[in-house]
Amino acid sequence: MLNPSKVVGVPTARIDGPLKVSGCAPYAAEHYEPFMLFGYVLPATIATGRILAIDATDAERFGGVIKVYTHENRPDTAWRDSKWKDEVALPGHPLRPLESDRILFDGQPVAFVVAETFEAARDAAALIKIHYAAARPHTDLRNELSNRYAPPVPRMKQLVPPPPRGDAEKAFKEAPHRISSDYEMSGEYHNPMELFATTVLWKKDGELTIHDKTQGSQNSHEYICQVFGLDPDKVVVKNAFVGGAFGQALRPKHQLFFAVMASLDLKRSIKAEMSRREMFYLTWRPSSFQTVSLAADEEGRLTAVMHDAVHATSRYEDYQENVANWSALAYKCDNVKISYEIAKLDVSTPGDMRAPGAATGVTALETAMDELAYVCGIDPLELRVKNFAHRDQMQDKEFTSKALHACFREGAARFGWSRRSLEPRSMREGHELIGWGMASGIWEATMSPAEANVRLSGDGKVTVSAAASDIGTGTYTILAQLSADAFDIPLRDVTVRIAESTLPKTGVQGGSWTAASTGSAVQAASKAVIATLLKHAQKLETSPLAKAKVEQVEIADGRLVLEANHQIGMPVSEIMERAGLSGIEEHAKVGPDMMTMRKFAAYTHSAVFVEVRVDVELGVVRVTRVVSAIAAGRILNPKTARSQILGGVVMGIGSALHEEGMVDHRTGRIMNHNIAEYHVPAHADIEDIDVIFVDEDDDKASPIGVKGLGEIGIVGVAAAVSNAIFHATGKRIRSFPITLDKILTERTDQ
Amino acid sequence: MRPFSFNRAETVKEAIAALAQNPDAKLLAGGTNLIDLMKYEVTHPGMIIDINRLPLKEITDLPDGALRIGALASNSAVAYDERVKARFPLLSSAILAGASPQLRNAATTGGNLLQRTRCYYFYDTAAPCNKRAPGSGCSAIGGVNRIHAILGANPACIAVHPSDMCVALAALDTVVEVEGPQGAREIAFLDFHRLAGDEPQRDNTLQTGEIITGLRLPPNPFGQNHTYLKIRDRLSYAFALVSVAAAIEIDKGRIIDLRVALGGVAHKPWRDTLAEREFADRAIGESTFREIAERLLIGAKGQGQNDFKISLARNAIIRALRQAAAGTPQDQTVKAIQ
Amino acid sequence: MADARSPDLPVCNISLSINGERQKFTLHPWTTLLDLLRGPLELSGTKKGCDHGQCGACTVLVDGERINSCLKLAVSLDGAGIITIEGLGSPNGLHPMQEAFVEHDAYQCGYCTPGQICSAVALVKEGHARSRAEIRELMSGNLCRCGAYTNIADAIEEVMDTQRIRPVKEAAE
Repeated sequence: MLNPSKVVGVPTARIDGPLKVSGCAPYAAEHYEPFMLFGYVLPATIATGRILAIDATDAERFGGVIKVYTHENRPDTAWRDSKWKDEVALPGHPLRPLESDRILFDGQPVAFVVAETFEAARDAAALIKIHYAAARPHTDLRNELSNRYAPPVPRMKQLVPPPPRGDAEKAFKEAPHRISSDYEMSGEYHNPMELFATTVLWKKDGELTIHDKTQGSQNSHEYICQVFGLDPDKVVVKNAFVGGAFGQALRPKHQLFFAVMASLDLKRSIKAEMSRREMFYLTWRPSSFQTVSLAADEEGRLTAVMHDAVHATSRYEDYQENVANWSALAYKCDNVKISYEIAKLDVSTPGDMRAPGAATGVTALETAMDELAYVCGIDPLELRVKNFAHRDQMQDKEFTSKALHACFREGAARFGWSRRSLEPRSMREGHELIGWGMASGIWEATMSPAEANVRLSGDGKVTVSAAASDIGTGTYTILAQLSADAFDIPLRDVTVRIAESTLPKTGVQGGSWTAASTGSAVQAASKAVIATLLKHAQKLETSPLAKAKVEQVEIADGRLVLEANHQIGMPVSEIMERAGLSGIEEHAKVGPDMMTMRKFAAYTHSAVFVEVRVDVELGVVRVTRVVSAIAAGRILNPKTARSQILGGVVMGIGSALHEEGMVDHRTGRIMNHNIAEYHVPAHADIEDIDVIFVDEDDDKASPIGVKGLGEIGIVGVAAAVSNAIFHATGKRIRSFPITLDKILTERTDQ
Repeated sequence: MRPFSFNRAETVKEAIAALAQNPDAKLLAGGTNLIDLMKYEVTHPGMIIDINRLPLKEITDLPDGALRIGALASNSAVAYDERVKARFPLLSSAILAGASPQLRNAATTGGNLLQRTRCYYFYDTAAPCNKRAPGSGCSAIGGVNRIHAILGANPACIAVHPSDMCVALAALDTVVEVEGPQGAREIAFLDFHRLAGDEPQRDNTLQTGEIITGLRLPPNPFGQNHTYLKIRDRLSYAFALVSVAAAIEIDKGRIIDLRVALGGVAHKPWRDTLAEREFADRAIGESTFREIAERLLIGAKGQGQNDFKISLARNAIIRALRQAAAGTPQDQTVKAIQ
Repeated sequence: MADARSPDLPVCNISLSINGERQKFTLHPWTTLLDLLRGPLELSGTKKGCDHGQCGACTVLVDGERINSCLKLAVSLDGAGIITIEGLGSPNGLHPMQEAFVEHDAYQCGYCTPGQICSAVALVKEGHARSRAEIRELMSGNLCRCGAYTNIADAIEEVMDTQRIRPVKEAAE
């Protein structure tokens, strides 16, 4: 019953764009009040041990300092662990800042300085003297592999490896073609450009307005209310603009805790902003070791898939992500064995980072597939087509849709893949060897429960409300587009109210589910508004729509009309006026359709093609061309959708070539905790990236046909880069990132 | 940062006097390194003497064909100066290979010479570091040392000097002009920076109270036979793992004057003039380049994670010599290495 | 002027022209230009991404030149003219570069964006970039973790095109 698209599906500039480009979009730290206080965190400089003594005398005496909080004077907070568990908490014991003298990881906050100026807080923090008793740290995953274990409490049932299928070991032994390789991935750090920050505006009546850098205002709200025992009605959390997050802002961060703690204690408004260094001490993509063993028959059909993965977690929580299960469903194979465990290190708890699990696990699988292609002597793309899975064998379900063939076809055509020769080191220009590599990507298309309100006012303008976030994904714009189409009004007549804990309930923004979930809720609420409008119209005397059913009407050009005949209908303003209404507001709640999900599995898919140029004598790798073909259902806004894929590709290139937390395992400390030495791609590293969205109709993944785009762009990219490096150089490098020293020292395989 | 007092010097004499009177004072020019170090609590000057108003920004021609660059000329001003581009393109190229346009606009010539190492442990005040806290030890040995020295290091310090510009200046036989309480003097560029020795806290040979007033670039015969080749972990805005400034004067296919300075490999911009002279009159060509590279790297020693720098330096020297000999210097925009 | 100052610690009196308006300040010398803008001046369009000259989010124009405001002591700029993102345009009157960024979706989260735009405006004025490769190199002091680099280059190219500074399309395709 919704109108054919006028705005949805059309490349549309962000409605919040003018604010962002003019510096008028306020992020968490950019809210002001006279006489506000500033807080600054002091990070620990040991990885494990105890604080023997802490001397804050000089800091307390420092000009402008109001108070220094340490574990010795921290105000009381909730006692029960359950109160500290946020919406996406992990099995284990959540960190309680300044709870005791115990240090569990490098950079753990050990003091919080509150002062009248940012500079005073920062500079006083440096004067705090701490005497530690450091214990011997265990931070090298390689050395802890013997202590690996299956998480006793699964974070989610989807993360538990599926039971073995067939007899993979036997099939592997008997196969004519096989490979078995070990892959190593370094820990990575999200490093969104915005520093974590919280501004707490305190009012005399005890009301708190909190601007927090978070991917879920309601998650921060609930956490704060539980930890400090606050009346939920007296606390509002807002996240109007979020300067990137990539998963790092899913769980509440310690600056939120500290800012609220000090605000309540001092009865003052306060702002706390992390340093870039602190951004390395929380929620990171865990380092991992993986072994992938693949076997194929003479024709290259997979006869065995085995994938073993182990990654790091902290002493206090069991972080878990889906690293290996992808290998049980990505390709058709009847003999599959998946194993997945974690190992404790003296580090902070890892967390979700863009395509958690898949970014590392699919990289291993897709590099292994490339290795198998060479063992079989088959083109890597052909090998993937040959082993196409038409059904999710892991869950024994049909796919809601899977236009991966189109990704292969259109991506390969755009890239010129057919001109590739299988032979490594077959292309050269100047000092550079040129290589073409590809990989396939997969991510789950999920919906989370979401609610929304839609209000249509008599003047035809619409207000959409939901607690959803826009972390750069374009939520503001797509919700406006959906409503504009639903009510046939221009974008400018839609007001989007999101990013506030008081608004209708949504989950955190993560897992690529916001558009599908909140978008569907907005559509459902829009439908409900139209239904109510029709009811009112039908109550009126001589209503031309007296006999119309709700499925038969729509709004067009300011009138509620019959879809089949726009002549029949009446102006929205007239219905409202005659019914004595100033507006109609409806609420809707959506969630995954359990009946459908019992039969169907929903995933997004991709094929990514990469050209690299490698100067082997100097180890320098350049990624000169990328084509990423994406099957992700309906694309609401091709402009912002493309940006999401570009972002995934760029982060994938960083993961392939640059990003690596460098830990001194003698002390357990991260040494490159800054963005001069933790390298993320710069402008010069990124050349042409071509994004293709293939047609994919999906009426099951979500009510609006959307599957989500936040993660799929990165999946497979690192593998495609490493496969291209192999094709260029004949060097198979299984340790990520592929820094130039590895190119220099790795021998040529072929 | 720690509280400090702020003074502005209007003349060189004033600056020298203020420096002499206040042992814990530091000079502030572009500030791109000093402010950074103060924020990281690596250094705590009690007084900042702002020298940005000193009349040291000019780039001037000297009668003998040399070019004088004022200590306060910004990195950008030098890199884009027409005379520098025409007569000292190696210097222009090296500057443009470093940092970012924003940093180059702020950073000064004198400040570039005085920038401090990027060693992780030097920056981390909780770690022992002989350069920051003499006598505390060197954490980089046996630690995270991918970016550290392969030449001239010793057990006290394996840090490297991070500058690109200084590598070119080393190759160009630059003279550093300084002024101090004792008057003005000149320091040959190769004598300006020092190896760590047993005083790793000292990066250079400036005496107490001395300030850099300028650089003098003597005329050179290299024409297009030069290059600055920088190898780093990403393609821009990263410090050198290894860099090579090479310049060759060639006559009839033979080396007259050879200059090879290396960056990212030692406590100072590395140049071995004795080794260079051994190749006078040798024929230009691949085997000579290989020999030069081997010769320059005699004694190179890795620290584990940075072992790769030895072969990287060798290959980079050879490539740079090819570029210089061919008169095809590396373009800092084109990321393919010729 | 809402100067937050600690008693007994050194202060300096300076004047700066900020977005065309000359203002006098009494500041501790350790206040950076970035913290002055984002703090007492409430000009939060200039962003703090690293505070150490490693990301470019704090880029502003000082006497027409782009610099990292996090590494400048405000007192060392006494007398200078500063243009921030707010001085380039407003939501209802965008600078051509700001418009081009919106049109090309040259951002996602928007946090690095003001720095990118200030940097891009300076890049065009400097006149050293002609090709796309030169744009990339001379914009490399501005990191974007959302990975909008190709769109940013497109936006800059468009502005250069309209100002008849035509970039040479790359041959490497």
